[in-house]
Amino acid sequence: MITRPGLLAVCVAALVAVFLLMPLIAVIPVSFTPTRYLSMPDGEWSLRHYQALIDNPAWAKGLGLSIGIGVVSAVLATSLALAFSLGIWILQPRFAGLLLGIALLPMVAPPVVSALTLYFFLITLSKFNDFVAYDTWAGVALAHSVMIAPYAVVLITVALAQVDRRIDLAARGMGATLGRRIRQVILPSIRFGVLSALLLTFVLSWEEIGVTLFITSVDAVTLPRLMWMGLRDNIDPAIAAISVLLIGIVVIVILGKTLWLGSSEAKAK
Amino acid sequence: MPRLSRPALLLVPLLGFMVLTYLVPFLGVAAWSVTLPEPGLTQYQTALTDPLVLSVFLRTFRICLIVTFATICASYMITLLWVRGSRMQRLVIELCILIPFWISVLTRAFGWLALLSNKGILNTWAQNLGFLTEPLTLVRNEFGVIVGMVHFLIPFAAFPLASAMRAVDERVLLAARGMGASRTRVFAQVFVPMTAPGILGAALVVFVFALGFFVTPALLGGGRSVMAAELIYLRIFQSPNWGLGAAISVILMVAVGGLLALLMRQARPAGAR
Repeated sequence: MITRPGLLAVCVAALVAVFLLMPLIAVIPVSFTPTRYLSMPDGEWSLRHYQALIDNPAWAKGLGLSIGIGVVSAVLATSLALAFSLGIWILQPRFAGLLLGIALLPMVAPPVVSALTLYFFLITLSKFNDFVAYDTWAGVALAHSVMIAPYAVVLITVALAQVDRRIDLAARGMGATLGRRIRQVILPSIRFGVLSALLLTFVLSWEEIGVTLFITSVDAVTLPRLMWMGLRDNIDPAIAAISVLLIGIVVIVILGKTLWLGSSEAKAK
Repeated sequence: MPRLSRPALLLVPLLGFMVLTYLVPFLGVAAWSVTLPEPGLTQYQTALTDPLVLSVFLRTFRICLIVTFATICASYMITLLWVRGSRMQRLVIELCILIPFWISVLTRAFGWLALLSNKGILNTWAQNLGFLTEPLTLVRNEFGVIVGMVHFLIPFAAFPLASAMRAVDERVLLAARGMGASRTRVFAQVFVPMTAPGILGAALVVFVFALGFFVTPALLGGGRSVMAAELIYLRIFQSPNWGLGAAISVILMVAVGGLLALLMRQARPAGAR
């Protein structure tokens, strides 16, 4: 590229980059404060808030619940999305736009409207059973599946768009059944798309808070819900400790991926 | 595994799932809005005339406009370097966009609290260095909400902007330079107009996102600058008036639906080109 951005453009972009990273860096010193409230460590550094994460069983419980709900809802949402996207790809129905619209609805609707809708759904279910209901793990997993399924549909549909239709036609022409075409021809070519859908939906469920806030109260307390309780009124510095750990995981994964695979752009060339 | 004979059966599970868990319950919410506490459209009348609700709508609209403008400006500048910078610059910027993108909204809101609150880093430093005697109130007000929302939305605007910028033909820029236009002029009169559809698309996406925002305003606004989404939460859980909460939800859904229809119309000719 010959027309590179000028010095001014670089400086402005650098400012934006600092703005983006600033709050993530800010939590690090705060997590080492020796006081009970949100403050900067004043000379003295302490690990008490990290200790609190271990000592207070609520954190381990929230962690376990979040992982369980994430796995169940990611598998459910990705399976439903996989079947749906395969159906659209094979049939190419004329009203595909409308069907996709229905499937993607929870992704485009305002999150708070989805939250109220799922609240309505779960309190209605609560009248009939205690398992999939308001403030239960199964209820949260079901609600998360609704919210994350559209993202899986998008990723798998994109992966399918790159499959050569003629291969499937050849298999069909040679007499392969639908199940066989899917298992032996189509699935092997989109396996990375399906894997990334699983991963993305897990992460989305793992950090989901908007809907979770509406459909849980005291029993199904996921990790984000627990963080919300520590943030809303009196800010608990334990949140800083857990935030540092979560940021650390993301940074390691992204750095590793970028350095290992190269930036997405280098690949595109 | 039962033998699948008709591919149409593949569509049924997800569509059935969405209808049962989303479409039907949404109709239930819509039904709340016209039946609670009594049948009729009184809740919509309240939502569109009550000064408190109207002031929340107005504030939501104003904050969304400011946030959209600030997000697009900031995101445009950082995306410019992400797309057109040197190899090293591209790598660094990519990390700066992707890392915040993958970090949860709660952690990011907490980061701003740690930075901006009265005992936060900025106030502590400013007081230690003698710039301030009293801490400056930077969160639990509208300023905090806007900063937090812009921070959340920059990566979301960066992806559509980047694809618009990658589509720009380098030779057009070179031609403009060759004919004697300055760098600034090439940027303002050639590059920006060529990416205008991308800017509009990104702005609509950001605006729609901002409209339904709940977590960041609730945490950084501290209950003082309530936006539409938080008002729904308050009407459902704190001072219950379910009918009104449902009515505001329906209004919000209609507003977002209208904006998305606009986005589709705007995206289609660009795709056809």
